[in-house]
Amino acid sequence: MATVILQRELARRYTGGQAILELEADDYSALLAELARRYPDLVAAIGVRTAVAIDGEIFQDPLHEPLRPDSEIHFMPLIGGGSPGLAGDTGRTAR
Amino acid sequence: MGNEPKIFKQQYKWVGTRPVRPDGVDKVTGRAAFGADYQLPGMLSGAVLRSPHAHARIKSIDVSAARKLPGVLAIVTGQDFPNLPSEVATGGEAPVNFRHVSLNVIARDKVLYEGHAVAAVAATSTAIAAAALALIKVDYDVLPHVIDVLEAMLPDAPVLHDDLFTAGVEPAPTQPTNIAARSGFTLGDTAKGFAEADVIVERAYTTQAVHQGYIEPHAVIAAMAADGMATIWCSSQGQFMVREFTAKLLAMEISNIRVIPAEIGGGFGGKTTVYLEPLAVALARQSGRPVKLVMTRAEVFKATGPTSGTHVWVKIGATRDGKLTAGEMVLKYQAGAFPGSPATLGGMTGFAPYDMENATAECWDVVSNRPKCAAYRAPGAPMAAFGVESALDELAQKLGMDPIDLRLRNAAKAGTRTLYGPKFLEIGYAETLIAAKSHPHWSAPLGPNQGRGIASGFWFNVGGPSSASIHINEDGSAEVVTGNPDIGGSRASMAMMAAEVLGIDLAKVKPMIGDTGQIAYSFLTGGSRVTFATGKAVCEAADAVIAQLKTRAAKLWKIDAANVQWRDGQAWSTLDDGTDRAPLSLAKIAHSAGKTGGPISGNVSINAAGAGPGFGTHICDVEIDPETGAVKVIRYTAIQDVGCAIHPAYVEGQLQGGAVQGIGWALNEEYIYDDKGRLQNPGFLDYRMPVASDLPMIDTVLVEVPNPGHPFGVRGVGEVPIVPPLAAVANAVSRAAGIRMDALPISPPRLLKAIDGARKA
Amino acid sequence: MAKHHVSTTVNHEPVEFLCETQHTLLDVLRDELDLTGSKEGCGTGDCGACSVLLDGRLVCACLVLGVEAQGHAITTIEGVAKGGELHPIQQQFLDDAALQCGICTPGFIVAAKALLDQNPDPTETEVRFWLAGNLCRCTGYDKIIRAVMNAAAKMREEA
Repeated sequence: MATVILQRELARRYTGGQAILELEADDYSALLAELARRYPDLVAAIGVRTAVAIDGEIFQDPLHEPLRPDSEIHFMPLIGGGSPGLAGDTGRTAR
Repeated sequence: MGNEPKIFKQQYKWVGTRPVRPDGVDKVTGRAAFGADYQLPGMLSGAVLRSPHAHARIKSIDVSAARKLPGVLAIVTGQDFPNLPSEVATGGEAPVNFRHVSLNVIARDKVLYEGHAVAAVAATSTAIAAAALALIKVDYDVLPHVIDVLEAMLPDAPVLHDDLFTAGVEPAPTQPTNIAARSGFTLGDTAKGFAEADVIVERAYTTQAVHQGYIEPHAVIAAMAADGMATIWCSSQGQFMVREFTAKLLAMEISNIRVIPAEIGGGFGGKTTVYLEPLAVALARQSGRPVKLVMTRAEVFKATGPTSGTHVWVKIGATRDGKLTAGEMVLKYQAGAFPGSPATLGGMTGFAPYDMENATAECWDVVSNRPKCAAYRAPGAPMAAFGVESALDELAQKLGMDPIDLRLRNAAKAGTRTLYGPKFLEIGYAETLIAAKSHPHWSAPLGPNQGRGIASGFWFNVGGPSSASIHINEDGSAEVVTGNPDIGGSRASMAMMAAEVLGIDLAKVKPMIGDTGQIAYSFLTGGSRVTFATGKAVCEAADAVIAQLKTRAAKLWKIDAANVQWRDGQAWSTLDDGTDRAPLSLAKIAHSAGKTGGPISGNVSINAAGAGPGFGTHICDVEIDPETGAVKVIRYTAIQDVGCAIHPAYVEGQLQGGAVQGIGWALNEEYIYDDKGRLQNPGFLDYRMPVASDLPMIDTVLVEVPNPGHPFGVRGVGEVPIVPPLAAVANAVSRAAGIRMDALPISPPRLLKAIDGARKA
Repeated sequence: MAKHHVSTTVNHEPVEFLCETQHTLLDVLRDELDLTGSKEGCGTGDCGACSVLLDGRLVCACLVLGVEAQGHAITTIEGVAKGGELHPIQQQFLDDAALQCGICTPGFIVAAKALLDQNPDPTETEVRFWLAGNLCRCTGYDKIIRAVMNAAAKMREEA
């Protein structure tokens, strides 16, 4: 079972407070698909502005990264190479 | 990904040595070509008209008189640029809102800071271009402005964007505001943790906006051919970023733009976006001639991103034996005129060196009428670390504990959970503390009015997309082509890694930095990523070359490739059939490449993961003058876990340079505004960066805990060094003066005021 | 506006150029004479990236007018090496890794040469104060100071 550990605020908002989610997935794209099935709003909120830590290693684009049966996954703000990260220019000026 | 990285724990031939850099001779003779050094036939001089107001509506712009001036061949205003939708770029790197980038490059209906670009001209001489600017009539409706971050958050503050609503708060607000976003991180239960604490330290800290301070102003030449193909030469940290951003801002195809990176005279994150490039291309398109645009120093200060000024609140609790039980921080960072401060990164990094069961960080991104901030070396981290490391120093004093021991007691290590989520893998933080404790600096005696400060810091370091191409020439020499501008000596390291893997003489390996047409995509130079990620691509390209060399040797020997080994720069046959086969050198195989299948090259593009985080611990001694408030740094030692130093001199240089930027940030640098929101010190005289006579030698200690994610164990090193110095200096001054210094910079008037204040109390 | 005709000597070569009244020596070197080794970091004499020697005296070329060069002798970074042979200061900067981005390097080398031309045995403090007019943002000055002191020692040995 791959384990997704959400920041508390995301959990509060999108999974009814459940911060630890267990899913069956062989790779990250399968995990994301399963998460989207269960919590579509969560995946939409995470969107493209995310880096992913898989077992402590940080990926910026891990779509086909394989997961171990006991992998731990965290979503993190993107750390731009020398550039500001989240709240790094995601302010919604509409129009 | 896929192959297990090899860790060589042995003496290397090139890695770890200090050869002269390949671009060195050109740089010491003045031959190296930086952005402003380029000349093209028929080149025009560009100039930019900038707002004199901190906040104003543009009612009209009349360029008719300027157009009539003989020698003026192009003028552009915001009307000449497409209006982009507000969306965050998908693409995998740092989130970018191109609408904001475009509005920042040239104003549309509002100017949001003094210096905001309003129009640009190209003319046959710099004098005519300047005269043309003076003829452009802009009718402004001046609006009230706000500079300070706390003032910008007040409900009655002048609002910069009538369509900016705070992201990250519930319920979603309907009133436009300057508070762009809120983000937060939570671990454990801080209320419970504080209840368990015997001692609590709680304090607010402030830092001012500081500029990256690169000595080379932004410079670009753009030429547009009649078929719509643009070529740009520029000073930038990323030619592919310039291409992408310029294409977006001008609604051009990426394939119609070629960007050639000039040598870059400093960046530190400040050249990871575009300011002049889209203007130059638009002017070149309109005039049909190449256009050169170079910023003056005043323009650099007024119109390019400094980093955020901040308000940082930190609360830390510990039991009497020094175990941290809880930590909270609230960060309010100025973003400048558009959202995008690194507040969230501050929240993620501040507590990172410590094993804390209970912690929170609340991060606010706030706009105000100042230039849009840009990345500056470990964006967001130094300010948060200033708060946390100062608080730890105060805690150590209250506990009567050695500040290193306090940190050792709580040091993060492999398996420690971070506030932002994952657990650390192999890290070397404790090693830096142990090295600090046993360093002679820590136990050297101090004299009157002298104080010693210590502080630590953390940065993630990133990987990201990188490409490398190794071409083997007919004589067995090699070119290593990568796509990352060389800010600190990285091209030397590329050559060294390639030579090491190939097993050939370093003198036969020439590194080159390709433009967007010559090398596959590479993410920009920044994030302490080049030696790690691009180096990894180079190593894999060298492996690919070796695989081909083995195949070619097998062909020459007419044996199976499985019976060929590559060692010491030669192919060796392992086939035991009585035939004597002398080893084949790379040169020999290269010489007959045509016969065995054609030219030999290795081309690799990767998205490098496995960047190892870095930790540093700095020790600073200062001497204060209680009569003038002057602070002199008299001794400084920077200790950092660097994974593996490919070229130790350039790694030392990163530690020294970053430390000194931090010293300037702590002691003298700040943006000073008048009551009209105009910058009072847009020059090097009054924006006071450290000079040689301000400083002692900066001693360095390179701790090497190899990063398993890189073939040689490399960790990024460039950003960590700027994270500890703010608190290291402030803690030293605090100890020397006996007063906690919680506001930066600690310039003489501020220190004097604090000393006088304490004397009266 | 009519340009001024100026005759001067640059790096031991006689040179003539035309310039406008307001052009600085730095403008002339870079734009008229194709000597782009001297850099403009600030234009106000605060960073030293445009350091040149005027009759052997260290000046910021951005603070000298082009017309003021008339009749004087100017040495720029391009004139420090002797043909293909680097000056000991240049070689020492390479050996001691005293540069990172390199934009300030020409200014530092010219300034260091001016120092060692008149004081072949400076103390570290003397070197630091002499070079206080040259800004570097990359190195923190440590390796630059070491390179200048090492170059001075080598030059004293060879003298």
